[in-house]
Amino acid sequence: MTTHFLGGTAALTGRSLRHITRSPDTVITTTIMPIAFMLLFVYVFGGAIDTGSDSYVNYLLPGILLITIASGISYTAFRLFLDMQSGIFERFQSMPIARSSVLWAHVLTSLVANLVSVVVVVLVALLMGFHSGAGVAAWLAVAGILILFTLALTWIAVIPGLTANSVDGASAFSYPLIFLPFISSAFVPTDTMPGAVRAFAENQPVTTIVNTIRDLLTQQPVGSDIWIALAWCVGILVVAYAFAMATYRRKIS
Amino acid sequence: MAVPTATAPAIRVTGLEKSYAKLDVLRGVDFDVARGSIFALLGSNGAGKTTVVKILSTLLKADAGTASVNGFDAATQAADVRESISLTGQFAAVDEILSGRENLVLVAKLRQVEDPGAVADGLLDRFSLTDAGARRVSTYSGGMRRRLDIAMSLIGDPPVIFLDEPTTGLDPQGRIEVWQTIKELAEHGTTVLLTTQYLDEAEQLADRIAILHQGRIIVNGTLAELKQLLPPARVEYVEKQPTLEDVFFALVGDDGKHGDAGSDRGAATDD
Repeated sequence: MTTHFLGGTAALTGRSLRHITRSPDTVITTTIMPIAFMLLFVYVFGGAIDTGSDSYVNYLLPGILLITIASGISYTAFRLFLDMQSGIFERFQSMPIARSSVLWAHVLTSLVANLVSVVVVVLVALLMGFHSGAGVAAWLAVAGILILFTLALTWIAVIPGLTANSVDGASAFSYPLIFLPFISSAFVPTDTMPGAVRAFAENQPVTTIVNTIRDLLTQQPVGSDIWIALAWCVGILVVAYAFAMATYRRKIS
Repeated sequence: MAVPTATAPAIRVTGLEKSYAKLDVLRGVDFDVARGSIFALLGSNGAGKTTVVKILSTLLKADAGTASVNGFDAATQAADVRESISLTGQFAAVDEILSGRENLVLVAKLRQVEDPGAVADGLLDRFSLTDAGARRVSTYSGGMRRRLDIAMSLIGDPPVIFLDEPTTGLDPQGRIEVWQTIKELAEHGTTVLLTTQYLDEAEQLADRIAILHQGRIIVNGTLAELKQLLPPARVEYVEKQPTLEDVFFALVGDDGKHGDAGSDRGAATDD
């Protein structure tokens, strides 16, 4: 059964990765919005924002990376939705393969596509003057956090992908996720925000994740933030996975 | 060809019931399909044909009754049933972004057959798709898609194949191509359960025909048996008008119909 699962997942992942290499526009459009935000905030608003950091692009990049992932996973929901609609999903379900491999293939594809988008955005940030003296270990830690964050959001994306009735419904869920970094420490420090907003901003997952990545990249001690950030990612991942699997089982039974 | 001595039917359905919310789609469906035969489930839109196929192919669970395929129960031995079948659903379930060959290789890998590439090439040849094999499926005609769809269903030689309205939406030539394919399948010993709303399709292809109406099978028999349900034929003299199909083929030529069929039959002897 495990060989069925691994072989099936590998074949199906190869299939959906091919979808991405044949329409690279999905990776490009995923990166356009975060890059536009980055340009806008660095060259228009950035001069008026006092972050206490020497370079605004250094301050901004962690939040932009989270926005990149949040917009990228809407394609995961979209691709899953298309499979559900087209009948190929039923073909796979009626074949002697582990049924969950259909879902895992989409999840792994989402991971690869989002990491490519993140690399593209980092390269643009480097052109805009982003620099970091972080060592290999710190970069690996950043990559690990981004992978966990991508997996968590991907499993959220699976739910509308399975249940949506229209293309718009399949991708609309990502808008609030894209918006969340605006009410966090991603663009501006939270201390100038009024009480309730500040309380929300400081206690929502984006702030701790952004602060952790920022500290790692600027070689600051990460303190307890990294554990809170990891707890958020793992917590969201576990809950989203449970709901997605329950939805999937309802769909295929 | 060596017919297995097992006389158990390839498909057995007894007392099958299924309702969606308050709508009773199936209200006690019974039928058997003999091994190596073509069985047509005939019915109008919404008669429940697709529901029967989905239950048999383990995509849906019945509310009551049993469905078994190749000796395995669709509800309790779903994995064994999936090893025994292929489903060609109502809408060609092919990957539009992949090429025809890549679609076949994908299914071959999923079914864990040896040498997926060679299997794919063999099927492309058998279904006259070799020239189009490297092209994306989004460029295929409806008939080509259907042929590819059926070719994908043959990988791994499942003993039972479900074809849910295989010719809906095809032009006359595409229909004849698909009919030819289905006949060849049965000649190779595959059991075919076919649903259709076209009476002539059932008449052309099926060894037995069952009519599904209002959730029940109201008749089940060979074409000859069904014809006997009506009063015996009377001889009448009528002027023979050409049918629109005759006109269509006279105008566009029917080389796709007979030329292909002949060469396919020749090629089929070597496997």
